[in-house]
Amino acid sequence: MFRGIHFIPPDTKIDFVGMRAITWIVSALLTVVPLILVATVGLNMGIDFQGGTLIEVKTKESPANLADIRGKVTGLGLGEVQIQEFGAPDAVLIRIASQPTEQQQQESIAKVKQALGDTVEYRRVEIVGPTISGELIASGTIAVVVAMLGILIYVWFRFEWQFAVAAIASLIHDVTGTIGLYALFQLEFNVSSIAALLTIIGYSLNDKVVIFDRIRENLRKYKRMPLVQLLDLSINETLARAVLTHVTTFLAMLPFLFFGGETIFGFALAMCWGIVIGAYSSIFVASPLQLILGVRRDAFSVSAAPAKGRGTAPARV
Amino acid sequence: MLHFQRWKLILVFAVVISGILFALPNLFPAATMARMPAWLPHKQVNLGLDLQGGAHLLYQLDEKEMVDDWLNTIRGDVRETLRRARIGYTDLALNSANRSVSVKIRDAADIDKAYGELRKLAQPIGGSVFSGFSGYDMDVARDGTDGVTLTITDVGLTHRMGSAIQASIETIRRRVDAFGTTEPSIQREGRNRVLVQVPGIQDVQRLKELIGKTGKLEFKLVDPSVNAAQVAENKQVPMGDELVFGNPPSGAPPGSPQIPYVLKSQVLVSGQNLVDAQASFDQRTGEPVVTFRFDAAGAKRFAMVTQENVGLPFAIVLDDKVISAPVIREPILGGTGQISGNFTVQEANDLAVLLRSGALPAKLTVIEERTVGASLGADSIASGKKAALMGLALVMIFMLAGYGLFGMFANIALIFNVALIFAVLSLMGATLTLPGIAGIVLTIGIAVDANVLINERIREEIRSGKSPYAAVDAGYARALVTIIDSNVTTLIAVLVLFWLGSGPVRGFAVTLTVGILASMFTAVTVTRLMVSYWLRWTRPQLIPI
Repeated sequence: MFRGIHFIPPDTKIDFVGMRAITWIVSALLTVVPLILVATVGLNMGIDFQGGTLIEVKTKESPANLADIRGKVTGLGLGEVQIQEFGAPDAVLIRIASQPTEQQQQESIAKVKQALGDTVEYRRVEIVGPTISGELIASGTIAVVVAMLGILIYVWFRFEWQFAVAAIASLIHDVTGTIGLYALFQLEFNVSSIAALLTIIGYSLNDKVVIFDRIRENLRKYKRMPLVQLLDLSINETLARAVLTHVTTFLAMLPFLFFGGETIFGFALAMCWGIVIGAYSSIFVASPLQLILGVRRDAFSVSAAPAKGRGTAPARV
Repeated sequence: MLHFQRWKLILVFAVVISGILFALPNLFPAATMARMPAWLPHKQVNLGLDLQGGAHLLYQLDEKEMVDDWLNTIRGDVRETLRRARIGYTDLALNSANRSVSVKIRDAADIDKAYGELRKLAQPIGGSVFSGFSGYDMDVARDGTDGVTLTITDVGLTHRMGSAIQASIETIRRRVDAFGTTEPSIQREGRNRVLVQVPGIQDVQRLKELIGKTGKLEFKLVDPSVNAAQVAENKQVPMGDELVFGNPPSGAPPGSPQIPYVLKSQVLVSGQNLVDAQASFDQRTGEPVVTFRFDAAGAKRFAMVTQENVGLPFAIVLDDKVISAPVIREPILGGTGQISGNFTVQEANDLAVLLRSGALPAKLTVIEERTVGASLGADSIASGKKAALMGLALVMIFMLAGYGLFGMFANIALIFNVALIFAVLSLMGATLTLPGIAGIVLTIGIAVDANVLINERIREEIRSGKSPYAAVDAGYARALVTIIDSNVTTLIAVLVLFWLGSGPVRGFAVTLTVGILASMFTAVTVTRLMVSYWLRWTRPQLIPI
């Protein structure tokens, strides 16, 4: 009977931890370069975080006459205005800078509607006032921090503090790496980007826990194996699973990148990238960090006594 | 691990079958479901505003305006109280930064009496049944030897804000109901906000206009002794009068200036005395008008005022704007009347709604607005569906290629998983958003991960020389710990997302949570059931994995 393709041979012996001289540099770059990018180029902050008005319209003529729309809207004296094509030749995104008061914010949209008249169909209007944008920045930051803390505590509780610290360090690596993607491609950074970050945190951690679980198991099993070797063994043993899982999740997400529509494009791209960077950091950040943090060999020996459900007894069928 | 007790077996089947049954309505259009027999489940997943189109409006109550109004009332009460107690006073002043009203008593001998009387103005706040008395709405304190200061307390402000928000919600609901859309949602957000969500609404501008108006209706007399145009020019409004503007008449060219009116400040009758308002047509001219009816007290006052002022004009003022200023031709004794103001039919309708719904306790400002047109929503559903189905198909093909028969088991479980997600979402009345659809797809990845973990474990156990049964048994047992650990950590991040998010983001968090929980059941328990029966029936010597 068909046994399925074994994409990864069962006995790989790749010296992942041995590459750490190189991968530390790569990881450092993945963490630092995004920060430099954000500092120099900056993030393309969406209206969620800086306030303002966003209008998506569909023009009756295709392709849309961007110059004409730009002329009409710029003439209204509403400050900075951005006009761009959005996914289709007849779809146009109009972004207007935040107005000084909520009242003027409301008036700005009325002015635009008057200027454009019946030549367009209004598909989406978003107005975020200065009050809300400040709050969204605060709650977004708090959310990422709280999620990290929650995870830190859970991993600490289930494993050891070294694992928790390694997990958080690699999650920070993933988060900055993903923010770098937003800065590099100037993707709009908004509330759904925070959702993407949190999801990447959750998914990436899921992956780290799988390897941690194996490290814990091997620590109990091979009491004398040097830590470098033990880490490599754990990564190699879980490699087939990692590859299969990441490929399937990536495949599941991929169609959203191409067919999900413009509104979800940024989110889907961040997710796809998050899967890759999360897989990388599990192997090249979270695991080798154990060497530096010095996980205690005897940490799990107490519970090494017959763990629940080890299942060596014959199955009762 | 491979043995299932009978009750567990029944439970698993019950969950899977009801999952499919409750998910099924989502496959058919609502019209088809309406023709189905009544005993079948009918509930479908609610679509979020981003998928079906609609308006999301977050309003904030103007706290400063509310405090100022209140302070004005307190100042009036202080004046009234001291006058009734025949106590002389000076320097009655209002300080909105400190939320206080202060007064100086002329005769130092009266100070104790004045303090005693003014203290009675403070109202106790009951709190709830459980918390009991929680303080006074204002703090009355002696200020030096001759002064008294009344300060609004935090408790008092919070309490009043709560009632104002509650009243606003009621008022907004009555206004939104006039649009007749299905299931608008109006709820309090935080301390001083109201979130209005109206699915499927087309004319958002009109909705905003209707909600945004305070709706304060007042009847006032026009001061016939002055020339309004002159007053408007030199800004010298006589004592006891006020300058109010109204729209130019219908025949006027567009852009005509507003018409000034000089009115007596005293309010004759206000909208609070209104019991009904309806849009109708004037019997003589046929133009759209709004007819209204006063309650007994209002009718009596209106009768009195109109009797005394026949031949003089009075003004109908809405939110400090004159709608019309007709001349009183004869006393109006029946307590009913009509407002004409060159309305279109829709304007007359909206005004009637506004008057019926009552005034808002304070001005509401839109601080966040998100509206999605129906066509964009439909496009999002189409692209979301397409992407999700393709994602699902790719995953299934890959699993089949990677694990053969065991991949097949995982795929069947995956379909149950998706069905369960839709069943739970339908039953919960949860909202599916576009990010929510992406969340379901992500769940598919996570659900499959559980099977990948299990299958890889089984492969390992086989390599270590275990018999088919023992390998499968150990594979499930060992993978379970990892699956639970990894899913709990994901859930932590997702719960934070739920707590933080609103609208589409929250929808994403809900589907992901439901999906992860459902996946633990389908990917672990359901596949285990399938594998255990397969082992029992075929008694394989080798496991094809």
